[in-house]
Amino acid sequence: MTAADTHRAILAVWRIEQPRLITSLARMLRDVPLAEELTQDALVAALERWPETGVPERPGAWLMAAAKRRALDHLRRRQMLARKHDVITRDLEEEQQAMPDLDSALDDDIGDEMLRLVFTACHPLLSREARAALALRMICGLTTEEIARAFLLPEATIAQRIVRAKRTLSESGLAYETPRGEALSQRLSSVLEVVYLIFNEGYTAARGADWMRPQLCHEALRMGRVLTAVAPQEPEAFGLLALMELNASRTAARTDAAGDPILMLEQNRALWDQLQIRRGLRALGRARDLGGAGGFYVLQAAIIACHARARTADETDWPRIAGLYAEMAALVPSPVVELNRAVAVGMAEGPAAGLAIVDRLMGEPALKAYHLLQSVRGDLLHKLGRHAEARAAFEAAAALAGNRREQDFLKRRAAEAADAATSP
Amino acid sequence: MRFMSIITTASTEPPTPELIEAMNKLANRELQTGRMLDGGQLMPIETGARVSLTGGQLSVLDGPFVEAKEVIGGYVIFEFRTKEEAVASAVEFLQLHKDFMPGWEGTCEIRVLADAADCA
Repeated sequence: MTAADTHRAILAVWRIEQPRLITSLARMLRDVPLAEELTQDALVAALERWPETGVPERPGAWLMAAAKRRALDHLRRRQMLARKHDVITRDLEEEQQAMPDLDSALDDDIGDEMLRLVFTACHPLLSREARAALALRMICGLTTEEIARAFLLPEATIAQRIVRAKRTLSESGLAYETPRGEALSQRLSSVLEVVYLIFNEGYTAARGADWMRPQLCHEALRMGRVLTAVAPQEPEAFGLLALMELNASRTAARTDAAGDPILMLEQNRALWDQLQIRRGLRALGRARDLGGAGGFYVLQAAIIACHARARTADETDWPRIAGLYAEMAALVPSPVVELNRAVAVGMAEGPAAGLAIVDRLMGEPALKAYHLLQSVRGDLLHKLGRHAEARAAFEAAAALAGNRREQDFLKRRAAEAADAATSP
Repeated sequence: MRFMSIITTASTEPPTPELIEAMNKLANRELQTGRMLDGGQLMPIETGARVSLTGGQLSVLDGPFVEAKEVIGGYVIFEFRTKEEAVASAVEFLQLHKDFMPGWEGTCEIRVLADAADCA
């Protein structure tokens, strides 16, 4: 075994134990950021010792003992500084002796501790980027290097982000949050948006990218599963899980051999992962059973479910999709949602109906620089046979397009429209 | 990556209460941490059946099967990053058997689950 193999094996063993380590320590110290630090220290200790000694028979117990020793050291140092916390250290040592009981009690409560972990890592006080890094670190056990590779950022940037986030939490007295009931539902959105951010970062990774990038989809799905396990009464948690499963189900069909994206309506649906679709639909059903049919993530999932259920693009239930976008627009008034609704209405009721909605959006300041507005307009005009106008729209879209590939695609459509305009 | 862990054993003894408790706690942990996707304990082979195709002939045999040595006891489906993690998880699982049901012998086979891309 090479040193790299050994390192990987030790990291794997640590990662299996990491959730238990961090939740036990967090509960013991009532401090999630500190618990995270100690689990990292335990990993460092293992990486130093185990290459010589071999992996111990009970690696979980070894790591826990190593972490708890450091926890005691930390508290003693704090005690020396404060000279007031004799009783804390003594209690801790007594707890240490009762260690087996502490751990077994945790086994029943690990869901509670995971919930605390999730809501602490994703505290709205932190920026979304900080929450994402902290969540990947604390919930998924990713190393700083892995997180950096996943987001195409320098390792030092991620390291700093994590350090600052932990310090913010500690200094704000938020080291051990327990939102419940109403507060939990309100705080949930700051968790869900981070999980979805991570998912999309992985989902949009180019083919051939570092393995860690598409792996983000799996980490996000894992966090989604954690959420549905620890907050089973929250329909939006199931909605997000459904949305992610349903989107991920198309992974094998999304790009062609050259790595270029294939539009959903043109994908080979035989490559869609039906088991993943079924998991997604099941989660969506659960969300609805919980009364969450009108939630933001549930609505998005319901729209994707319409696509997932259609065996061919022609069988897509466009009227239902249009209705769902209308519901979403009522919930979250957004010109982008309205534009998506226009596309669905165009498919359900004909291009003229869709164009009517798009034309109403032309004055929207938020969409001024949004190339998809002109792109959708061009498509609808083309379907109505208004080719000269379609060409102008596609050219305007091309000028606004974000990347070369999109630009080329839109220029091609403009050229096709130009040909159609001039042909008899 | 998704993995299936398949437990096989020649032991006909039912798991001890201590082992059941330990396995339930482990299962709970793996569910709460989002790693376990599915799993099942298989009932004894007496309630099962075997359908075989050999020499061009289909045959059905009701359990128990006289020549059965190693029997599948259960399966779990996990999501892990690497095979090393799957192995570490299986090691932990068998360690539980060693601790709570001494004398038990068996195997945990780990297989990677194909995904849609593999089957394309």
